[in-house]
Amino acid sequence: MASKEDPQKARRDAYIDQNLKKVFSELETDEMPDQIMDLLTVLRAQDEELKAKK
Amino acid sequence: MSELDPRDELVTHLPALRAFALSLTRNRATADDMMQDTVLKAWSNMDKFEAGTNMRAWLFTILRNNFYSSRRKLNREVADVENVFSDTLSVKPDHDGRLQMADFKQALSQLPDEQREALILVGASGFAYEEAAEMCGVATGTIKSRVNRARAKLTELLHLDEDEALELTDTATIAVVGNPGLPA
Repeated sequence: MASKEDPQKARRDAYIDQNLKKVFSELETDEMPDQIMDLLTVLRAQDEELKAKK
Repeated sequence: MSELDPRDELVTHLPALRAFALSLTRNRATADDMMQDTVLKAWSNMDKFEAGTNMRAWLFTILRNNFYSSRRKLNREVADVENVFSDTLSVKPDHDGRLQMADFKQALSQLPDEQREALILVGASGFAYEEAAEMCGVATGTIKSRVNRARAKLTELLHLDEDEALELTDTATIAVVGNPGLPA
C-alpha cells in the first residue's frame, strides 16, 4: 500500500540532506594530503617506466 | 561516453573519496591511510574496473571495505576519533547558521558508523539506495532502514520534531536549505 509521506518529515529530511551536502562539500575542499599526491606521482612514474620498457 | 583514461578519472574522484574517508573515520590520519590504500589498490587493479560503470562507487567500496576490515582487526569501533567535522567549519552566513551547522556536525558524528555511512552515501553523495546497498554488501531494505534510523536520530538530537524547530530558524534554515520545494 502506498503511503503519503508526512510533509513535516519530508521537510526535516530535506533539511538534513541539505546540511549533509554542505558538510560533505566542505570536506571535499579539504586540502589533499601530500602523501596522496606523492603516491600518484610514484604510480604515474611507474606506469611511464613500464610503457617505456614495452 | 567518457574517453578519459581511467587513471585520470580516478584523480577526479579523489576530493569526494577523501570527504567520504573523513566522514567515515572522523580522523585525518586514519582517513589518509585509507585513501592511500584505496588509491594503491584501485590503481593496481584498474584492469578489473569495468569501463562505463560508476568509478566513484567502485572507489568508495574499496575504501569502506578497507575501513571495516581494519576496524574488525582492531576489534573496536574507531581508533582515536577527532572531530573532523568541526575542523572544517568555515565562514557561515550568520551566527545562527554557524551554531546550527556546528550542532548538525556534532549530531552527525554521534551516529553509528553504518548509519552515518548510509546517510552520507544516499543523502550527500547522491547514490541510489540500490547502489549504496551494493557498495555496502547488504540488502536495499537494510540501507533504507539505516538511513531512516539515522534521520530519526538526527531529528531527535537536533529537536527537529518540535513543530517550531524549523520555523524559528527560518532565516538560517533557508540559507542552508535554499528552496527544498516543500510545503511550509
